[in-house]
Amino acid sequence: MRIGVVTFPGSCDDRDARAAVASMGAEPVALWHGDGDLRGVDAVVLPGGFSYGDYLRCGAIARFSPVMGAVAAFAGDGGPVLGICNGFQVLCEAGLLPGALLRNAGLRFVCREVDVVVESTASAWTSACAPGATLTIPVKHGEGRYVCDDPDVLAAAGQVAFRYATGHNPNGSLADIAGVRNPAGNVVGLMPHPEHAVDPLLGPTGGRIMFESVLAAARV
Amino acid sequence: MSSVVEGLHRQLGLTDDELERILGVLGREPSRAELAMYSLMWSEHCSYKSSKLHLRRLPSQGERVLQGPGENAGVVDLGDGVAAVFKIESHNHPSFVEPFQGAATGVGGIIRDILAMGARPAASLNSLRFGDPAEPLQRRLVEGVVAGIGHYGNCVGVATVGGEVVFDPCYAGNPLVNALTVGFMPADRLVTGRAERPGDLAVLMGAKTGRDGIGGASVLASASFEEGDGAKRPNVQVGDPFQEKLLIEACLELVERGLLRGLQDLGAAGISCAVAEVAARAGMGMEVDLDAVPLREPSMEAWEVLVSESQERMLALVDPARVADVLEVCRRWGVLAEVLGTMTEGGLLSIRFRGEVVAEVPAASLADDGPVYDRPLVRPVAPGPVTGVPLGADPAEAVLALAGDPTCASKRWVWEQYDRFVGHATVAGPGCDAAVLRVPGTGRAVALATDGNGRFAALDPAAGAALAVAEAARNVACTGARPIAVTNCLNFASPERPEVMGSFAAAVDGMAEACRALGLPVTGGNVSFYNESSGRPIHPTPIVGVLGLLDDATTAVGSGFPGPALDIWLLGETHTDLGGSVWQRLTTGRLEGPPPPLDLAAEARLHHLLADLAARRLVAAAHDLSDGGLAVALVEATLAAGVGATVTLPPGQAPLAALVSESPSRALLALPPEAAGELEALATTADVPAARVGATGGDRLVVVGVLDLPLSRLRDTYESALPRALGDPA
Repeated sequence: MRIGVVTFPGSCDDRDARAAVASMGAEPVALWHGDGDLRGVDAVVLPGGFSYGDYLRCGAIARFSPVMGAVAAFAGDGGPVLGICNGFQVLCEAGLLPGALLRNAGLRFVCREVDVVVESTASAWTSACAPGATLTIPVKHGEGRYVCDDPDVLAAAGQVAFRYATGHNPNGSLADIAGVRNPAGNVVGLMPHPEHAVDPLLGPTGGRIMFESVLAAARV
Repeated sequence: MSSVVEGLHRQLGLTDDELERILGVLGREPSRAELAMYSLMWSEHCSYKSSKLHLRRLPSQGERVLQGPGENAGVVDLGDGVAAVFKIESHNHPSFVEPFQGAATGVGGIIRDILAMGARPAASLNSLRFGDPAEPLQRRLVEGVVAGIGHYGNCVGVATVGGEVVFDPCYAGNPLVNALTVGFMPADRLVTGRAERPGDLAVLMGAKTGRDGIGGASVLASASFEEGDGAKRPNVQVGDPFQEKLLIEACLELVERGLLRGLQDLGAAGISCAVAEVAARAGMGMEVDLDAVPLREPSMEAWEVLVSESQERMLALVDPARVADVLEVCRRWGVLAEVLGTMTEGGLLSIRFRGEVVAEVPAASLADDGPVYDRPLVRPVAPGPVTGVPLGADPAEAVLALAGDPTCASKRWVWEQYDRFVGHATVAGPGCDAAVLRVPGTGRAVALATDGNGRFAALDPAAGAALAVAEAARNVACTGARPIAVTNCLNFASPERPEVMGSFAAAVDGMAEACRALGLPVTGGNVSFYNESSGRPIHPTPIVGVLGLLDDATTAVGSGFPGPALDIWLLGETHTDLGGSVWQRLTTGRLEGPPPPLDLAAEARLHHLLADLAARRLVAAAHDLSDGGLAVALVEATLAAGVGATVTLPPGQAPLAALVSESPSRALLALPPEAAGELEALATTADVPAARVGATGGDRLVVVGVLDLPLSRLRDTYESALPRALGDPA
């Protein structure tokens, strides 16, 4: 399986995302923000970082980059897309996921390992998870406070993919929401960094199951 | 060339003698631009004129050293074809004037030093010193510096993995911000800013040049602080980590594709320094066209363009045949790039601006031929005895007092603002004895620690510097790594005071002796003088960064007790060493007595043993004993994973003395009981005293017959102390 990882100017975790993809047995493919071509990949990851410096608003400029047109079309065709941290912000700005991400309630950047609970397994990136499973994955962001019009409506639609475990909400996110999916389930965004949680030498491995999910779906 | 205002040299920080020297070099009056260049290049910060004579006494040779002092950063061979590039640098004065930008650009600057060697910057550590965190000004400094370090490192995608934060009133008017960065590269790639051929083009890459940071090195870094120095704020540079991120990626692509002949960062003294250094190093000259410099403010004068310290700029040296490729790579990454000059035969730097030659000076006269001062010095007086440190207090209260002291307490408030994960390499991060980073493309790892104890160095500069080397190396050794090289940042007050110069010379001697004894070459570093404010000097504060090597990353040992039913052993000897200790400060407020005596041979034996134990996978944890002695080590080891411990102190010493003494050359171990025999045998062979002192388990810290504290209470004290002091409780 070939998984594309987009590099925007200011992406920081693109290399790590490619390494994580490779360590999970898939082929990482580097995608460039200025190209409207996804090079025939089977899935796309929008990595963490500070695209275009995030100077206007996180993800606000990246959504206009040529590659995002291709990503939107790919997502519209049911292709699996994962937005991590800044990638999640980009997907929200692009309207591919509901809601928005605001400055952390504590007004500071927060980097720590958190527990997240899998709320929906009906997505390309959580299908291999046990319902209600708890994954330990790091967060690292200054603007990760998730807000949306009505979290209950979102939950009722099954679109809440992850919630922070009790006591683990690092940023004041509404209803402890850590990640969401689109109605079809092929597009997922979350603030925690699964690509930083795949190698036992470096810490918890809660991110592996997300890559396993998309790989398993491809094998079916 | 424009004429110079009478007395301008003094405003620029040059002495009358130095002006005479410039007249001698040029055989004529310098132009304004030339005077500005000399004032920067001959500043203390750039020229090391007061420290050069002394720094030569530091050992810099070693079989792993690929590049020693004098370059942008030191380079050591890690084996398997990979080299580590590392260096520490100060940004103290800018961080006091403007904490956020000062600290941020300090990080940006050291990252570019690593990049200039052709390496990908991988991770940073920071040694910070502030006054009392409960004072409003200090809170503002801590908040700003930590946010600035985080902002820059996080945005540029370089992990911040360790360091230390110490609070002492002596830093209230002059905080210390020392930033260390390490990077990795193929060992056969050593891009050293060396222009090999006449005709090579110098390409200026990165940000536009503005009026920020004019005279940063001379006005800020090479003079003491006086009241009202807020007016120096315009001298502080402003950082743009996004621009730096693009610059890093563009430079690395150029290096990896072999498109460069050399690479140089622009730091202190900006374009002046960069062109002078690359030309002087190659024994060549350069024709420089300042009109090619993209300016933020078109009204800038030549001398301003020459000395501006605008951030996020690099100078690449390029074969003319490759220049189109170079410009194309820059364009793709959105990095401005312009051909600034041409390397020439002979050593002349010829600088044109708007059709006029504004400077024409020998490159070497700027870079290498600055004044060297053998400043008068007074040897430090030997410390007196330790008096009146109480050892009758309730040990439980003493342990809580130490755990709640901001210097000893958890720095989580600080490091949770730093991205420690980016780079896919962090085996051990902040809160551990040393950071451990996997070396890309190999199974190896490096360990890095920074240490420095200003209280010890204030009492005895030579001993303090040696203890700093020993402690940093010990922290690295506790992870199982073998310490292999040193970088240092020597933070002192004004070199124009003989007693400061005397303590500096003594510290260099102490550091040299410790480095020799531990087999550690010094591969580079930085001297920061003039750390005083309104006549109040800081403690002499030599900061030492030690790099160690683990042949197998999976053998790295953590510093916290990982689980119950492990035996706890103490390596080394505990004497009643209270001079300069945390306990002395907490109970008496005094600073007196000799710092703990250091037996360098014993220290070296301990490091060898720790590496052997890790390589044999015998130990489950190893933790250095330093600030706050055994008491703080036990608090940290138990709280790391919430695993309690029951310990019995050896007889023959007052319990509190055993807990708070800061004798060096000690480490706490946790290991399975069945490994005891092998440990004892290895320790005996290594001639390192080893004693079983207890076992892990439960949820309390118990020192039999002395104290019994629930971990929950210790945790509350240890974790909340710093946020509480800063007025920011969770």
